[in-house]
Amino acid sequence: MTSASDLHSFPGARRPDRSARVDASGVSIAVYEWGDAAAPPVMLVHGGFDFAGTFDLLAPLLADAGWRVVSWDQRGHGASQHAALYSWDADVRDAVAVIDSITLEPVPVVGHSKGAALMLQLAEVAPWRMTRMVNLDGLPSGRSAPDVADHERTRMLAEELSSWLDHHRRTHELQRKPGTLEDLAARRGKMNPRLSPEWLLYLATIGATPAGDDGWRWSIDPALRFGGFGPFRPDWSLNRLPGLSVPMLGVLGTIEEPMGWGTALSEVEPFLPPDATVVALPDTGHFLHIERPVEVAELVLEFLS
Amino acid sequence: MSTAPTPIRLHHNQVELALHELRGGEGRTLLLLHALGEASPTRVPTALDAWPGPVHALDFTGHGRSTIPTGGGYTAETLLADADAALAHLGQVTVHGRGLGAYVALMLAGARPTDVRGAVLADGPGLAGGGPSPSSPVLLRVDPAAPQPPDPYALAELSSDVRPPDYAATFVRQAVHFSGLDPCVSVSARVRPEWLTAVAGQVGVVEEPVAAALARYAAV
Repeated sequence: MTSASDLHSFPGARRPDRSARVDASGVSIAVYEWGDAAAPPVMLVHGGFDFAGTFDLLAPLLADAGWRVVSWDQRGHGASQHAALYSWDADVRDAVAVIDSITLEPVPVVGHSKGAALMLQLAEVAPWRMTRMVNLDGLPSGRSAPDVADHERTRMLAEELSSWLDHHRRTHELQRKPGTLEDLAARRGKMNPRLSPEWLLYLATIGATPAGDDGWRWSIDPALRFGGFGPFRPDWSLNRLPGLSVPMLGVLGTIEEPMGWGTALSEVEPFLPPDATVVALPDTGHFLHIERPVEVAELVLEFLS
Repeated sequence: MSTAPTPIRLHHNQVELALHELRGGEGRTLLLLHALGEASPTRVPTALDAWPGPVHALDFTGHGRSTIPTGGGYTAETLLADADAALAHLGQVTVHGRGLGAYVALMLAGARPTDVRGAVLADGPGLAGGGPSPSSPVLLRVDPAAPQPPDPYALAELSSDVRPPDYAATFVRQAVHFSGLDPCVSVSARVRPEWLTAVAGQVGVVEEPVAAALARYAAV
């Protein structure tokens, strides 16, 4: 069997220089740092179903340019504690606990996907904690659900509701499916069709937990589930944009992917705050910091300088 | 001096829920869902005493004798899954919800339409929630050391969750379409936040006092 240490490398990827645990109202959060501890901090925030290791390519580039780069695994993700409850507001609260543990001064933040959307909310609830924001393919999309006939929507919703509840009936005994690191990488590849098998294997190496004779399991809480339902509307998120009080750099991917939101520049343009720049990267998918770490680092560094 | 009987323990993720059997008997169970900040009653309330069958009451996460989880993160949908855990144990029920529990009872009727034989929505704390659309969000931090139920995170998060009228109405449509019951939801609450006004106006919903609603669903 392949051992983790054999695979613990990917060109340009560097594991954090330091790690720590932060107590966020009783939930233990894993926090990571790259670079000089005395340098000015910048916070990197991962997206849904991801973990801080997603920044192993981008963070070293920022650290080597003179930043103290801080990231963390959100509750239930990576090495952070599996929580009893999950919500958007709880994620924002955990973020504040982590930032407070680093500094009480306002900081620049870089968020990817859901992490960027969380930072949009943080900017609204705690504008005094933030200096600038980089939004990596996490600008809200104003698109509503595709138009389907009423009876079809009723049937689809019935299936969604019952499958979501069936999942919750099992959460107390669920485990992630075990397998070799290659199996785990292949499963992740279905959600990340544009990322190389070598990167996915690296990601599995740093994001999985040994499962005895069965191999490995992704560390993410099995209670977490893609999709779901709730009283959300895309425009609620869009409405956070015009009043944003810090300068924002948005970087958009241009190729739609399963984990992305497919936001187009033309959709968000009417909602952009005055002090915002949005760059669309051609031929790039949702994980632009993995596909183009050098270009993204250059954009971020120029914006933060 | 009497001690409270040991509740039935149910699992929802890391939370151990307390389901109380208030009265045994034959026939379909009436499931009681308490309001925000409350706990299950220890006896069948007088207003519900006419129910002919068994009566059970569930303590939601962070309330009564259910677990208080750390770090908050409450949503009404989480409580829906709490109530569904009770459904998994009890089988078919008629459900009576007060306040926040009324909102959850409605969702349960829409999400498990063949297992819920009538939902009765009554007044109580937490009926309105955070209103029909988002207000200015706040950064909520409470004392994590608070040892007694109800969980202060539950009180804060479940009094500010957004309850759009069209979202609530969706659950009525699911219940009407799949339950085969008409009416399938009774609005007994006199207070009408916007979500409940929308619900009361739907086909398949009747406005009537609790006693009439219980008689109706007991006969189903």
